Amino acid sequence: MNFDPRLTNRDFTSVGTRPIRPDGIDKVTGRARYGADFNMAGQLVGRVLRSPHAHAVIRKIDTSKAEALPGVKAVITAADLPDLTNGDSALYDILDNCMARKKALYDGHAVAAVAAIDARTARQALKLIEIDYEVLPHVTDVDEAFKHTAPLINEAIFTEGLEEKPVKPSNVHKRTQYGHGDIHKGFAEADFVIERSFRTEQTHQGYIEPHACVASVSADGTAELWVCTQGHFVYRQHCAQLLGMEASKLRVTSSEIGGGFGGKTHVWAEPVALALSRKAGRPVKLVMTRDEVFRASGPTSATSIDVRIGAKKDGTITAAEATLRYSCGPYAGMWAEVGAMTAFACYKLDNVRTVGFEVLVNRPKTAAYRAPSAPMAAFAVESTIDELAGKVGMDAVDFRIKNAAQEGTRASYGPVYGPIGIGPTLEAVKNHPHMKAPLKQNQGRGMACGFWFNFGGQTCVDLNIGMDGSISLAVGTVDVGGSRASLSLVAAEELGIDYSQVKAIVADTSSLGYNDMTDGSRGTFSSSMATISAARNAIRILRERAAQMWDIPVDDVVWEKGHALARGEKYGNLSPLSLKEIAAQSGTTGGPIAGHSELVADGAGVSFATHICDIEVDPETGSTRVLRYTVVQDAGKAVHPTYVEGQYQGGAAQGIGWALNEEYIYGKDGRLQNAGFLDYRIPVCSDLPMIDTQILEIPNPNHPYGVRGVGETSIVPPLAAIANAVSNAVGVRMTHIPMSPPRILAALEASASAHDA
Amino acid sequence: MVAVTLWGSLAAVAGGKDKLDIEAKDIRELFRKLAEQYPGFEPFIDRGIAVAIDGTIYRDTWSKKLPEGAEIFLLPRLAGG
Repeated sequence: MNFDPRLTNRDFTSVGTRPIRPDGIDKVTGRARYGADFNMAGQLVGRVLRSPHAHAVIRKIDTSKAEALPGVKAVITAADLPDLTNGDSALYDILDNCMARKKALYDGHAVAAVAAIDARTARQALKLIEIDYEVLPHVTDVDEAFKHTAPLINEAIFTEGLEEKPVKPSNVHKRTQYGHGDIHKGFAEADFVIERSFRTEQTHQGYIEPHACVASVSADGTAELWVCTQGHFVYRQHCAQLLGMEASKLRVTSSEIGGGFGGKTHVWAEPVALALSRKAGRPVKLVMTRDEVFRASGPTSATSIDVRIGAKKDGTITAAEATLRYSCGPYAGMWAEVGAMTAFACYKLDNVRTVGFEVLVNRPKTAAYRAPSAPMAAFAVESTIDELAGKVGMDAVDFRIKNAAQEGTRASYGPVYGPIGIGPTLEAVKNHPHMKAPLKQNQGRGMACGFWFNFGGQTCVDLNIGMDGSISLAVGTVDVGGSRASLSLVAAEELGIDYSQVKAIVADTSSLGYNDMTDGSRGTFSSSMATISAARNAIRILRERAAQMWDIPVDDVVWEKGHALARGEKYGNLSPLSLKEIAAQSGTTGGPIAGHSELVADGAGVSFATHICDIEVDPETGSTRVLRYTVVQDAGKAVHPTYVEGQYQGGAAQGIGWALNEEYIYGKDGRLQNAGFLDYRIPVCSDLPMIDTQILEIPNPNHPYGVRGVGETSIVPPLAAIANAVSNAVGVRMTHIPMSPPRILAALEASASAHDA
Repeated sequence: MVAVTLWGSLAAVAGGKDKLDIEAKDIRELFRKLAEQYPGFEPFIDRGIAVAIDGTIYRDTWSKKLPEGAEIFLLPRLAGG
């Protein structure tokens, strides 16, 4: 990578402004094309048959009657998706999850699929598929699955990470541990110790757009896939591997995306659609219903977390430990490990230990959900921190400021921090008018901190300059939150031209080099770095062309504010050449002008946020209402502040739903009871106050403009901030998320009973 | 020579040692030498190891230099949402 990504001080012209997003009008007028809006001539309707059992051996599948139904063009089972994973266990799990092979592992697990001429025929065909199941005992609760007496989900799983290799399989895939110092010594030094256990229930990302795709496999073995995804290059890779294709023969085009939040980083239906199309010889459209999205895509973990923190009378934390059990669905994962890494990342701790356990359950395969695993760990830790502050007799914000990590602090997950923003977010919260606003009866205020790593990754950008001087910017990271506007601003900034001259698109997989997904808050961080690099490459060519036009050495040409300037008194009579003037002559100065960039954007800066929440609780019904909510977060540099604020507000809104209402509810039969938005209630506009935001800009030294990722951290503090607010409102420590009305009432009644006794 | 700190699971395949001294100029050489000395590292490298150099996390830039005296910390490669 011949590109220096280090921060350079500069004054910005375009970056930091708030123009209208290029995809905005199409989205509000309904013209934008989402996953289900693409159609092909002769396309069939795909439908998936799903297991009604939480755990069952598939003894036999008879598809003959379905295949004989007029209008059915293909029926597939696992036999049509043979194992081509070559020992890659993670890829095998994806394959098995797309289509169950020997066992159905959760309610909703795909077991067969059909392609037919219309939806009615496809539904009829599903009913004609006969499956002989041997129903097995199941376990859906994370604590129950952890017990050695629980039904065993995968006999090949022997717990990794133990000192002695276990002799028996279990539902615990892995134990991991992080920390440093001596917690026994630290707790011995503590004047106060708080120890609590917490639970969070499983939630879904709740994206409005279901998974949708159209797959078309040609007779020559090439294929096209139009799909709603956070990463079309990764989808191409997975689909090509699972179907035994060369990646270059599968062209994947990403649609607009109606939300992903981590849930669309993973293939679910796409290999099935391709396999159906391959068998039918016609395009196949496969759109999940909402019921299927809940039952068979990738929600986050349910968790069970024990926390213990000790502090001296002066408020110094002396030791902290947490044990975290996270459900993974029926496959191996590393969700508890991430929780263990992030749990205490906000604090300066001499003695800290976290232990994570990955627990298999008969639920859908866990997928990432916005700062995956961090919100639950933060809920447990920040609740305990709040309680400990009260015990010490310190204000909750001051207690956190006293113990906040800073540059040079050894993070609880290992390395030493560079420049970080937890301290500034806490100071901003301490001085925020929200903290001083009066509260009424039955109202409470809570605050909490959150951390996320942020990632970079492989990134590729093409910047083409038209003969009219307009710029086509082709990027490979899917735009989930306004990145086309942000990247256009960056191109305009670097080239010194107006934002309106730049048009950004998300290119398909055959038009651009490989890009990692839009995950890990990397979209704007990574693609802006590649855009800057591509623009600088284009500027080099623009200078060369200007030098040709002037017939002077290129070293005497500089680029400023969108113009080539001849440097030196001897060129005093040469007027600057604008980008448009140089582009207009490109046909005779060497052909098209473009800048390309292929790089690995590493060095994403870690991110911190602190949130404040005011809530009112009705003590008779347990119902809650968020009255006021404030997000303070470090963005490094806000390229488009409106969309940074949108990310902050979106994370807070999702966190409010998670904290107060959302949960997967399973019956004793292991079936999901609330697979729809009526029974799984996400917040709507009328549930929420205007969410206030404050952007802090502590530049990331590893990005030319100082950009950090902003997409995920905003969902980390809400569970804890809201739990602290509810606890302060009702005078009872809330330890179970979501704090739904029945759960709040139960906590109040339990507290009253304890007092009576 | 750089001092490398390993996270728990990785320390287990290094015979329980959580700190190693390795002669390596960049991440690529570090991984190669770790795999040579401890064959158990290979599956971890295949799955993905991130390298924190003085607190900055690198996931893919294997050409990144390891400065003498820098704090080198190995971490698992994580998923984002």
